[in-house]
Amino acid sequence: MRVRAVALRILQQLRRDRRTVALMMLAPLFILTLVYFILSADTTPQRVAVINAPQHFVENLERYDLRVVRLSEGEAHDALLRQEVIATVDIKGGRKYIEADGSDSAHINKVLPILQQAGINPAPGQRADMAPEIHYVYGSPDLSTFDNFGAALIGIIIFFFVFLVAGISFLEERISGTLERVLSTPIKRWEIVAGYVLGFGVVTVAQSALISFYCVYVLGVLMVGSFGLVLVMTLLAALSALALGILLSTTANSQFQFIQFIPLVIVPQIFFSGMFDLSPWLQPLSYALPVYYIAEGLTEVMLRGGGFMDILPAAAFLAGLTTLFMVMNTKALKKYRQI
Amino acid sequence: MQREKAAPAPVEVVLTFCIEVDNVDFSYDLRPVLKNNCIQVPAGCIYGILGPSGCGKTTLVKLMAGILRPAAGGVKVLGQKMPALNIMNNIGYMAQSDALYSLLSARENLEFFGAVYGLDKKRLKQRIPEVMAVVDLADELDKPVQNFSGGMKRRLSLAIALLHSPPVLILDEPTVGIDPLLRRNIWAKLFELAAAGAAIVVTTHVMDEAAHCHRLAMMRGGMLIASGTYDEILKGAHAADVEAAFLYYGGGVDES
Repeated sequence: MRVRAVALRILQQLRRDRRTVALMMLAPLFILTLVYFILSADTTPQRVAVINAPQHFVENLERYDLRVVRLSEGEAHDALLRQEVIATVDIKGGRKYIEADGSDSAHINKVLPILQQAGINPAPGQRADMAPEIHYVYGSPDLSTFDNFGAALIGIIIFFFVFLVAGISFLEERISGTLERVLSTPIKRWEIVAGYVLGFGVVTVAQSALISFYCVYVLGVLMVGSFGLVLVMTLLAALSALALGILLSTTANSQFQFIQFIPLVIVPQIFFSGMFDLSPWLQPLSYALPVYYIAEGLTEVMLRGGGFMDILPAAAFLAGLTTLFMVMNTKALKKYRQI
Repeated sequence: MQREKAAPAPVEVVLTFCIEVDNVDFSYDLRPVLKNNCIQVPAGCIYGILGPSGCGKTTLVKLMAGILRPAAGGVKVLGQKMPALNIMNNIGYMAQSDALYSLLSARENLEFFGAVYGLDKKRLKQRIPEVMAVVDLADELDKPVQNFSGGMKRRLSLAIALLHSPPVLILDEPTVGIDPLLRRNIWAKLFELAAAGAAIVVTTHVMDEAAHCHRLAMMRGGMLIASGTYDEILKGAHAADVEAAFLYYGGGVDES
């Protein structure tokens, strides 16, 4: 069976190429770990200078994890200019006067509402029975940003690395002349494509399992669905990346030209993955991109505990896209052998 | 139609050639590379195609191997119009570049191509030592190809082309970078294969290799400028050696 021969050869090559295997297996773990620490780091409490305010107000601020320093008006202003505090508050005649450093929008947007809403009088909510009761349909109160993005991120990172490795290795085959040599044998074009998908498919099964396991059980990203379904989605992600990588490599003439696909193909897909809000007229574009379905499926399983039927549309679409890419691949190989 | 008395039907001499190239044209991106070439290679013949690099030799052999499709004219191998997948199993092709997987060992390269040609395990086990002995690489079977010298890679490429014992061999510059002694051994092996009935096409730009071939074609600028046996070609040009003959035939071609 020629498909098997091609797949075996790819595995043998990878076995000798430790560096590439490490790139596929360990680099995603490294990146995910970094992102984990960035997104779920306990944000250091922001410092706020208070000039004139009742003690209750300061206590209320501290309740919201703000670090409060009492300074005179001049000192407070200087501290703000030196970026030692992010805002200053002065209460004169029951009115708040706030001076803020707007250069760090992410932080000031969190601090300002607190400063505005914090009461001047003793904090309410002392009576437990009067506290609002919140019930979470999906997720939980301690869901971090990483939990939020983690599901989509796993898919995107797998997609990226498989795309890169499969695309480059197919390109190598063309540049070294081995593709032409193989095409001088009675092998059929589809057998080459299928062999590639099968060979790298085996590696991506291991890769998907490792990355999913690491994220769920080591990093502890929120996961309420079944681990099996996560594997299904990550494997589909890897296969679609594989097929797309090989397809695009037939249009590149050098490794450098292939690398140019990263800003053109990978980065936009991240924007359309559902991690970011898009203007409504851009939204429909994402329905054509594999990463959107990957993120959708993984979020469904990991955050919302979706079952097989819930991810079926996304999974089916990915499988369809992969098949389409493979058919186009077989056609694209005609460029190198007519028959 | 035939009004006259039926003459005895002429005995049709059916000469079957293993490779027939009939009035073939080929162009890359509208730039003609081959114009109107005809070649016939019978079984048991070593056919040399001689010409400087860039003259279209490689394109011509790729048409024979079924990798390219002619723009006009036809190529037949073993009686069948090329390109045809079922015929490709009967062709041993050695490309001009050493198309080898450098991370794999020689054995793994052979096993891969053997599997693609559909050889079973038993046959592979028997053929691998045989072909590696021909190219004198029997001791290097398990070394990774990336540690091979240029000449060793060339020889391994040749071994792969011989692996499935094809009746038609198409070898693109098989002896580049191979030392004279081994080159002589390889030619001896080619004669042996031809004597057993194989049709062999060899391209070369080394003029003195031409003398080994049963038949010879000289190529320049995408066209055959002369063909025949070595002696015929020399005699026709009143030349003492191939180089002089090449200049004689090539001189008449207007390269514009």
